Amino acid sequence: MIEFKNLKKSFGRLNALEDINLKISKKGVFAILGPNGSGKTTLIKCILGMVIPDQGSILINEKNIIKKWEYRNDINYLPQIADFPANLTVSELIEMVKDLRAKEANESALIELFGLDPFLDKKLSILSGGTKQKVNLVLAFMFDSSIIILDEPSTGLDPLSIIQMKELIETQKKEGKTILITTHIMSLAEEISDEIVFMLEGKKYFQGTIDEIKKKTKEKTLESAIAKILGGR
Amino acid sequence: MLKILRYSFSDISRSQWSYFYFAFYFIIGFTLLFLSSDVSKAVITLVNIILVLSPLIGTVFGVIYFYNSKEFTQLLLAKPIKRSTIFIGQYLGLSLSLSFSFVLGLGFPFLFYGIFRSPAIGDFFSLLISGVFLTFIFTALAFNIALSNENKIKGFAAAILLWLLLAVIYDGLFLISLMVFNEYPLEKVSLIATALNPIDLSRILVLLKLDISALLGYTGAVFQKFFGGGLGMLISIFILMLWTVLPILRIMQKIEKRIFNE
Repeated sequence: MIEFKNLKKSFGRLNALEDINLKISKKGVFAILGPNGSGKTTLIKCILGMVIPDQGSILINEKNIIKKWEYRNDINYLPQIADFPANLTVSELIEMVKDLRAKEANESALIELFGLDPFLDKKLSILSGGTKQKVNLVLAFMFDSSIIILDEPSTGLDPLSIIQMKELIETQKKEGKTILITTHIMSLAEEISDEIVFMLEGKKYFQGTIDEIKKKTKEKTLESAIAKILGGR
Repeated sequence: MLKILRYSFSDISRSQWSYFYFAFYFIIGFTLLFLSSDVSKAVITLVNIILVLSPLIGTVFGVIYFYNSKEFTQLLLAKPIKRSTIFIGQYLGLSLSLSFSFVLGLGFPFLFYGIFRSPAIGDFFSLLISGVFLTFIFTALAFNIALSNENKIKGFAAAILLWLLLAVIYDGLFLISLMVFNEYPLEKVSLIATALNPIDLSRILVLLKLDISALLGYTGAVFQKFFGGGLGMLISIFILMLWTVLPILRIMQKIEKRIFNE
């Protein structure tokens, strides 16, 4: 369970997060949506400890995690941009990340799933953007953690890999994980998420199921519902 | 920390720039040794190259590495590791890798020349020590600058300016002030001014070892007069250590408050 209580963060004069109260108590996929600069990334980085909030607390399983680091052993994170040390090979990178966590990893199944076998001994600097993103996915999914945070997971992926990624998310969901995902692709959010959180100008604008936001806005798709909210401001 | 160190070391030491840096010292070392065939003369020429080049390479690589590994650093930050562990590991990996290129690049030519049978072996080691110190110091300073500047261009400019200031401008200002105030006793002032510049300190360290008074310059002479050769060297090594440790401590302190929101 993840809970944000009165979370505030400002960068200079810009209020990136204004008094966020949010509870993610169930298992499943939660999509954090919102226009650019709405505070999605800041919210995620607060959970990961990369941004330290000015006020408020974040509780994971009822423990405040601010300024701690051990709790991250139970979080998998997929960063938005896949960029790795240029002169290491793919397998060295995977070994390194495994080395940094005292946890079992099942990378071989994922390497096979994304067809990364031929790239294992290649240097990371020569991989294409899409292949790097697949490596990124392997690193994010190879550990068994109860919270998974995915920042724009579909960036640069071909249609087949997107399908594989969705299946991967589905499997994790069935295993009872809590998955947070940010995305700009509304169809993806609509397809995989159980609940959405819609952020606007640093505030939580809406939290609920996709059906609820469609009803609220009287629209047929999530995309048009979001467009209506943004257009009607 | 050792894990991060090991991986960033093996990443950087395999980059082509490390090979270039190694090759540069290798070629310069060979050329100087076999052109002059006099170790002391080669060491003196090398001092002047190392005092300018090691800080420059440390500065430039430090800033570039810090900004370039931003995305990967974020991946590491999301792992269950302390922040200071990540950054100190990366810092040590980079400084060690640069120092390796430097020590091996110069080491091979001197080894072929037979430095271990030569009385100049101490001079050669003082050269290596000051080069390694300068690499560690300026990489740490570059990390500090990059940490305080989110803007790459500004950070890069600030780092180059710092190098220019300490490697070139400082001595000029120092000389001018010695000339302007030459009616006053300046020994203590110049001792302090030397301690405030790691490049000057390294120069004195090597020259005290070489024991060439003609090249010591004013501050070197003051150092020798104040402390004598041996003590002077120990003191300069001690201050160089402070110059290394203090910026590292600031990295550790600064890193805890840094926001990674890009």
